[in-house]
Amino acid sequence: MTQTNADRAIRLVLLTVVMLAWTATGLTQDRFPRPEFETAYQLPRTTTPGPRALFYQILDAAALWIALGLASFFALKTRSRRALFILMILSVGYFGFFRKGCVCPVGSFQNVSLALADASYAIPLVVIVFFVTPLIFTLFFGRTFCAAVCPLGGVQDLFILKPLKLPPIVTQTLRLLPTVYLGLAVLFAATGSAFIVCRYDPFVSIFRFNGNFGIILLTGGFLLLSMFIARPYCQFLCPYGVLLGWLSNLSRRHVKITPDDCIECRLCEESCPFDAIRKPTPAKVPESRRQGIRRLGILLMILPIIIVFSGWTVSRLNLVLSRVHSRVRLAERIRLEDSGVFKNSTLETRTFRSSGTTTQTLFDDAVIIQKRYRTGGWLLGGFLGLVFMLRLIGLSVRRTRTDYEPDRTYCLSCGRCFKYCPREHARIAAPIQSQKEAENETAE
Amino acid sequence: MSPDKNEDRIRRRDFLRDGLRTVSALALGGAGGLIAAKSTLNRTVWQIDPNVCVQCERCATNCVLSPSAVKCVHAYDVCGYCELCGGYHEPDARETDTAAENQLCPTGAIERTFIEDPFYEYTIIEEKCIGCGKCVKGCNSFGNGSLYLQIRHDRCVDCNDCAIAKSCPSGAVRRVPAEHPYILKGQQGRV
Repeated sequence: MTQTNADRAIRLVLLTVVMLAWTATGLTQDRFPRPEFETAYQLPRTTTPGPRALFYQILDAAALWIALGLASFFALKTRSRRALFILMILSVGYFGFFRKGCVCPVGSFQNVSLALADASYAIPLVVIVFFVTPLIFTLFFGRTFCAAVCPLGGVQDLFILKPLKLPPIVTQTLRLLPTVYLGLAVLFAATGSAFIVCRYDPFVSIFRFNGNFGIILLTGGFLLLSMFIARPYCQFLCPYGVLLGWLSNLSRRHVKITPDDCIECRLCEESCPFDAIRKPTPAKVPESRRQGIRRLGILLMILPIIIVFSGWTVSRLNLVLSRVHSRVRLAERIRLEDSGVFKNSTLETRTFRSSGTTTQTLFDDAVIIQKRYRTGGWLLGGFLGLVFMLRLIGLSVRRTRTDYEPDRTYCLSCGRCFKYCPREHARIAAPIQSQKEAENETAE
Repeated sequence: MSPDKNEDRIRRRDFLRDGLRTVSALALGGAGGLIAAKSTLNRTVWQIDPNVCVQCERCATNCVLSPSAVKCVHAYDVCGYCELCGGYHEPDARETDTAAENQLCPTGAIERTFIEDPFYEYTIIEEKCIGCGKCVKGCNSFGNGSLYLQIRHDRCVDCNDCAIAKSCPSGAVRRVPAEHPYILKGQQGRV
């Protein structure tokens, strides 16, 4: 009995040693000879089903151009909410359910950031097309991409049930979030840490009918929220929307609420679920010109201070932020294991230790990444400070408006306000009326 | 404020907007051109390098798809067609038959077919395979290493940020040219 037990123990030890040695190499072993078959047995081949054909990628790019062209046409020329809505559903179908998401323009800025920061990353041309095309169209026609092309926006739009009007202070504060998200996403992408916008995309799981528990919870949450806050992701998170908003401000043409002249009837005032209609400014000047100039002067004077201060603050956070990079996390864990803080190893550390790389190389890598985060932190902080201050300055500068007009940064060109305008009804009726008149004339 | 002064102001604002628009169009074109210069027409897809893979079983759970796009594949010309198979049987299997309790695969995705004495063919039933790589570990440890994990491109949705690649402890998942989307073992891998 003991004999067999000892025997087994020895065999087990031997087996484990051999196993470890073999798994470490992981290469093909010639432990057993290839069989020589006497029957006419044919060796099957490993099947290799190919990826999505190149043709489809060209089709995707073409579809994007056509959809953007149509969206701009429907929003600016025909002013048809119905056509935009149908196009939006088609876009959700094509870019969402058929194409299954990746790469979408919303996430593409991360690939571009990585390509700009890392010379060794070869960015596929189709990603550049997806990044640049909506920006170009926005520069000419406003955010028509958001209105009817973006599948993420489309999905939320379908769930709008009873949008609540948030207090202005809440809206204005929440509208700072996309900029922060954009800045962080660029930082993480450029340092090669992660593509957070893709990883936490709440809607791609719908298009794939699939996803892990956390993501499906996120999806459900966003759809539920969409019923009461119109397009919550677009309004308060979408990082690509920040870029679109900037360019939309400069756009050559932009959607107008009224087809000709605003009669200040206030009927459109409550029509926008995205809070993107600017009211005419009250005629009375609320403060003296001198006071305004003084405040502007103060804001401009503290602008560089804020930029430097927030740059410094974020650059100090580099040790925390850099933990998003797996290499830094691994280095920290290895150090803590070596110093005895952690008794047990993780899969990552075990794999690293068996890989043959020295811990010194790993630590050096981690230090380089942390330094990159220091530089990136300065840029990110400075950028956030600048955007915040520009927002404050924008709020303090008085603009005179006599008409109801869309806020170019936040207007998604969805066309919901068109039908609220009595002038729009006059415009639609005009051809019919002239036709009737012509008929009357011929009858007479 | 006189009316023409007001008009002048509007024109100035329009001028500013036109100027900024031109500048941003040029910047967009410049940045686009700059990255396009080092871009590639060649598409890439995700794939597992079987020589780096450590069979940690995360492929089965970390893919955005469920079941995972990773499946076990078989290099038949590497296989020894053994009766006792390290990939098919539990290490402490009592019998070398097809009884469920002797099988290593948690979903019974490996089919064993008798060819001729003493050879058996092992085929992966892809619909059942969850990509855990238990059989791969067994085959690497006790056999020729003919079983290995690959991302199947008829299932993979080619995420911009592959969840498996991010969670792989050995960095075995990387982008490969779409023209050669598999890293194969055996004769097929050499051509």
